[in-house]
Amino acid sequence: MSKSGNMMKTFTLSTALVVATAGFALAQENPAPSREGGYGLGRTALPEEIAAWDIDIRPDGTGLPVGLGDVYTGEELFVDLCSACHGDFGEAVGRWPQLAGGYGTLESEDPVKTIGSYWPYLSTVWDYVHRAMPYGSAQSLTDDEVYAIVAYLMYVNDMVDDDFELSNENFLEIAMPNEDNFFMDDRAETEYTLFTGEPCMENCRESVEITARATILNVTPEQEAAAAAEAAAAEAAAAAEEAAVVEAAAEEAVAEEAPGPDPALVAQGETLFRQCASCHQIGEGATNRTGPMLNHTYGAPVGVHEGFRYSPAFQAARDSGMVWDDASLTAYLMDPRGFIPGNRMAFRGLRSEEEAAAMIAYLRAAGGDAE
Amino acid sequence: MSDTPKFTPSRRQFLAGAAVATGAAATGKLVHAQAAGPDPLITELQPWQQYLGDGVDARPYGMPSQYEAHVVRRNVSWLTADSVSSVNFTPLHELDGIITPNGLCFERHHAGIAEIPPGEHRLMINGLVDNPLVFTMEDLMRFPRENRVYFLECAANTGMEWRGAQLNGVQFTHGMIHNVVYTGVPLRLLLEEAGVRGNAAWILPEGADASAMTRSIPLEKAMDDCLVAFKMNGEALRPEQGYPVRLVVPGWEGNMWVKWLRRIEVGDQPWHHREETSKYTDLLEHGSARRFTWEMDAKSVITNPSPQAPITHGPGPTVLTGVAWSGRGTIPRVDVTIDGGITWHQARMSGPSFDKSMHRFYYEFDWDGRPLLLQSRAHDSTGYVQPTKDQLRMVRGENSIYHNNGIQTWAVNENGEAENVEIG
Repeated sequence: MSKSGNMMKTFTLSTALVVATAGFALAQENPAPSREGGYGLGRTALPEEIAAWDIDIRPDGTGLPVGLGDVYTGEELFVDLCSACHGDFGEAVGRWPQLAGGYGTLESEDPVKTIGSYWPYLSTVWDYVHRAMPYGSAQSLTDDEVYAIVAYLMYVNDMVDDDFELSNENFLEIAMPNEDNFFMDDRAETEYTLFTGEPCMENCRESVEITARATILNVTPEQEAAAAAEAAAAEAAAAAEEAAVVEAAAEEAVAEEAPGPDPALVAQGETLFRQCASCHQIGEGATNRTGPMLNHTYGAPVGVHEGFRYSPAFQAARDSGMVWDDASLTAYLMDPRGFIPGNRMAFRGLRSEEEAAAMIAYLRAAGGDAE
Repeated sequence: MSDTPKFTPSRRQFLAGAAVATGAAATGKLVHAQAAGPDPLITELQPWQQYLGDGVDARPYGMPSQYEAHVVRRNVSWLTADSVSSVNFTPLHELDGIITPNGLCFERHHAGIAEIPPGEHRLMINGLVDNPLVFTMEDLMRFPRENRVYFLECAANTGMEWRGAQLNGVQFTHGMIHNVVYTGVPLRLLLEEAGVRGNAAWILPEGADASAMTRSIPLEKAMDDCLVAFKMNGEALRPEQGYPVRLVVPGWEGNMWVKWLRRIEVGDQPWHHREETSKYTDLLEHGSARRFTWEMDAKSVITNPSPQAPITHGPGPTVLTGVAWSGRGTIPRVDVTIDGGITWHQARMSGPSFDKSMHRFYYEFDWDGRPLLLQSRAHDSTGYVQPTKDQLRMVRGENSIYHNNGIQTWAVNENGEAENVEIG
């Protein structure tokens, strides 16, 4: 597209706006000037940089890397990395997205829009799993692992048999069942003419009656939020008082020599904990989410947080008498699946003992030790 | 005495009599001027009249009055699986004018708030360009800038109301919108800098957060009015709004305004990514779905009175107000009815009227204390008139989530309490 063409277009648009909306448009639309040959700002992107960031895939296969993966491998990966939110078969846990099933529901009163029932292109699945999943550990999968997970998602959507292998070679042969049910926005033709013209202003109807009321459903969080705000305010006031007491106590403690956790280590652990926060809560008010809440973990037996449904692997570890100490936490955090095989935590592990030490320091500082 | 907001009429109810007024010291409650005797707030010296307040060092970044602590964004926890991929809502019933304060602009993110040091942020342009480029924030700040006011509305705003009145508050039914003055570089200048090739027809903006948000946008729109913005209402973007830099796509659904913008690829076809196939497509009654429904249709809503902002002053002069906007132009006119649509009145527009910006309207009337059915109806500069919810359902069925711009009804009872209803 030529630069002079662009400038012409801009000029025409702003002129049209001035005519349409008079004074204010002038103030708002005073276009920044183009410069012939550009401003000479920025620098050329290197091929390595483009390769690192240009990860998008299109339906025509553009961007798809060489690789392959089969349903069986995909199932293992999916159960390990995805099932905590999406269920073992893509049926979904809680309000996380359902990935499989839903065929024949799009015309019903309760449409279930899954990869199989709704998504028009397989490339979208590959692109999205690769760019954003597993949740909280984006872009950690290898290309072959993505192929395998996509193959498994095709399998749970009854698109292929269990011996199927997906690769860049056969990728473009796959057509999604719902591809033809999408069409371009047609509101200009189907709606705009219906929704224009001078409407009635007087004696427009004879009577009016209420046909639906929101209060009957009672799903608005207003009162809850107000109560929470009240509680939070009371808590803040209490915390302020408490802080003063704690501070005073801390001063005394320092005098008596109490080696607290290394603040730098705790801070490092807090940063590392971001990878965990999509499933785990810690600190005041922490509750079980996709994973158990983590208060009072250090020094406690494995798998004892109340109300959390642990995997059989965790129950077995608990029954064997395992306790969370430096050694077991370090081993588990560095290799969750190796240390307690068959557990459901969708995390591949920290990279070093140093990271594990930081994480343990943070767990102890933020959540306290076993009571 | 509790200062906590309760969304009942008592919240701002007139506290009559001198005894109550003295007891109500230090509350934020608004009261109705009515003399039952000399007002001790006038006849007695108040602490703020006598003692010194905070100095200039106490509040280096100013915050709202402590009496406005209830004016906050709120979440509807049952809507989404987790707060890191969720949405909260702008308290429209507490705002006036057309500009949304930065701290009250609703948030929607897909992998939490990315915290990016501006010195470590990069914006890449690649694909069908003569020279793929990398910009730092400093580079971006050296391009000519523009200032423009635009609304950003999530396509799912009012999406919970397709099957009937559900959420009882304008914050929840209509709060996925904000209106901000942006400062930024026209995207056109950045694309010209890289030299867009002749076969280019689309761009793919991408976010730097852990969802790596992507959307396909036609090149024509990119070259027309999109901005690469780094300031909102005069100050740096808030982290939750994409600090240090976001895309502004005027009049089009909020999901396209990619935050934490790290890359723009230029291509010859759309990418059909997750947010434009699985999400942000509109399933119609017969099982087929519209795609690429980018423009936000004209819409309006009465913000006061509304369920969270009841009439507390009783009969007499009453200010009805609300906001209106259109993704295709300005809002020259809004009609208002207080009797459920038997009679309509032209509302009074007040404040600046910018293209693809929020507009403010008022309708002042003497309330006779009888129940009301309130509605507003926006007209945009193309002649489009905001439809009723039933008109929309006739065309689209009830399986859509996005683009519900139907007319909202509030029923107000004799006590001034308002409720989200539908009428027939």
